[in-house]
Amino acid sequence: MYRYDNYDSKIVYERVAQFRGQVERRMSGELSEDEFRPLRLMNGLYLQRHAYMLRVAIPYGLLSSDQVRTLAKIARDYDKGYGHITTRQNIQYNWPKLQEVPDLLEELAHVEMHAIQTSGNCIRNISADHFAGIAGDEIEDPRPYCEIMRQWSTFHPEFSFLPRKFKIAVTGATRDRAAVRFHDIGYRIVENEAGERGFEVIVGGGMGRTPIIGEVITEFLPKEHLLSYTEAILRVYNLFGRRDNKYKARIKILVRSLGIEEFKRQVEEEWEQIKDSALHLTQEEIDRVSAYFVAPDYSDEPGDVSEVEAFASSNPKFARWYKRNVHEHKVEGYFAVTLSLKAPGVPPGDITDAQLDLVADLADTYSFGRVRTTHEQNLVFSDVPANQLVALWEALDENALATPNVGTLADMICCPGLDFCALANAGSIGVAASIYERFDDLDYLYDLGEIKLKMSGCINSCGHHHVGHIGILGIDKRGEEFYQLMLGGEASDDASLGKWLGPALPKGDVPDAVGKVLDVYVEEREDGERFIDTYRRIGPDKFKERVYDAA
Amino acid sequence: MTQRNVIRNREIVQDDWEYLGAEDAVPEGGKVIVELARWKQEREALLQAAEEVGVLLRGDDDPKELLEDFEHLSAISLDFPKFADGRCYSHARLLRERYGWKKDLRAHGDILRDQAFFLWRCGVDVLEIREDKDINDALEAFREFSVTYQPAADSQQAIYHLR
Repeated sequence: MYRYDNYDSKIVYERVAQFRGQVERRMSGELSEDEFRPLRLMNGLYLQRHAYMLRVAIPYGLLSSDQVRTLAKIARDYDKGYGHITTRQNIQYNWPKLQEVPDLLEELAHVEMHAIQTSGNCIRNISADHFAGIAGDEIEDPRPYCEIMRQWSTFHPEFSFLPRKFKIAVTGATRDRAAVRFHDIGYRIVENEAGERGFEVIVGGGMGRTPIIGEVITEFLPKEHLLSYTEAILRVYNLFGRRDNKYKARIKILVRSLGIEEFKRQVEEEWEQIKDSALHLTQEEIDRVSAYFVAPDYSDEPGDVSEVEAFASSNPKFARWYKRNVHEHKVEGYFAVTLSLKAPGVPPGDITDAQLDLVADLADTYSFGRVRTTHEQNLVFSDVPANQLVALWEALDENALATPNVGTLADMICCPGLDFCALANAGSIGVAASIYERFDDLDYLYDLGEIKLKMSGCINSCGHHHVGHIGILGIDKRGEEFYQLMLGGEASDDASLGKWLGPALPKGDVPDAVGKVLDVYVEEREDGERFIDTYRRIGPDKFKERVYDAA
Repeated sequence: MTQRNVIRNREIVQDDWEYLGAEDAVPEGGKVIVELARWKQEREALLQAAEEVGVLLRGDDDPKELLEDFEHLSAISLDFPKFADGRCYSHARLLRERYGWKKDLRAHGDILRDQAFFLWRCGVDVLEIREDKDINDALEAFREFSVTYQPAADSQQAIYHLR
């Protein structure tokens, strides 16, 4: 993984010192809260319902075991013993004290981490396919390009006060696991007819109040132009994005109002001027950064997959976990393993300090000391050899971390909701828990197959409800929490936005309504059809009738 | 006329520029900054009356409109009505890097020390730090970072050219 050199580390430590000064100026009253606000936001520090919340960046979701240990220590020393993995692959702490945040940041800096640009109207943490570098369907590892863009975007002097936040995702695989069509800019590494690699660039996607599927602005961008093209997009957005209404300030609104053709014309007119500037990306730099992402030293004898399968056939508990939480790896004899953070009674994505320490130890023992976070709020051990898989499972199982529900209905994405967030209109964690309880029969969940349930506590859609196969949105109706159901969203290659099923439901009715939706699916599905396929084939009517007519 | 202190090229200096509203009389022999619209309408009169003239550009103005006027102007001032309005950072870079503006480039409005470094990097060399803030304190901002990642008006090098 990428390691800081003197430059990187200097920037991060200087940032800590700068923020320490800003906090001191706030504490002394020299800065008003209004003046402090944009400064702390640029460092991921939000004022939430009960306390400050700090969001720590995990660039493209990649962590070393040492970094995980530091995250555990921070949970213990600065928080109430846990952290929360977000849908942007970051980690949030809900209870830090303002005056302690500079020390916390310093601890992060010791392990090459920071909270730079994890909020505010700037370029945010860049996310990537969580199977980057290990997926069988990958054309090229996207992480070097994420890192190159991370550096280019860090403290960018021109783009630190954009109309609104700006999110970038990159995938190098043929199957999109990074939701590139729902980002301000999404990049897909592609190959052209000449066999050269470059980027398909998708712009203007996003969720929030106005969900829009991004459009392709260029089908093939040679790699050397990655930074100049991105800068051109940002410059057009910075100058012409709306600033009069924060709900219309994202780039998607600009792209939609100009139309993709006109937007592209403006971007490329700008790009012509800068494509041969110092932003021209050299092959040397690509090679230098790529060298940090070379594969670990895989064993020649990782063990035999057939032995794993033999064990699975004798141990149904392991078999369930193996089927749901273990994924193919491009290297024969290796697996990627998902650690589900969707255990019963725990808010989705939450993890304790002790669990983080355990994860770090397990990563050292079984997965080359590497851990990843996913936008589905889980963790991944990326490189586990077949002959260690059972041992890893046993260790996880002993610690109740082998919840075998990845990809099922229970693997819900969920924002912190009304319990923590100052923006939320309704709770989401409680509803997630009630759905979890209602559908606790694993066999039933497995029978249902892949279903993405995504829930947000307000229309800002941090829980990505627009792209859930089943989406749930919490709203406030005259002081009471109500929930709208939407069906048919999908974040991947066959991207689609969910559609409202009908009027909002009271909190207590949500699990039953989800149950009715599932009943219709089970009755209507044809051989091997996923929920989303059935919905697309038969449309909303039958679901609607079942949920609302019998009520 | 009132004098104030500004930061010019990272030093505190007295400033004798005056901003004129659309209707204000032009002081004989003064150094005045007017909005783009007034400049376009009263160009000759302004140049005749004032000793030096500058133009205040807003975020939605197009700096290209001044290209023909560079030789007559002594300063361009960029308006930051709010801390969060970042359009003029782009104007600054375009004026410096593309259009070749060499004279004073000022930041006017809601200017705090925390923008100073970004503004400097985009080519702004005169900072009108808000008058209720300690201007000495703002000088500290230039020392906060010793390394930058990306090329901008202050350096045409990306960090990867140094590595």
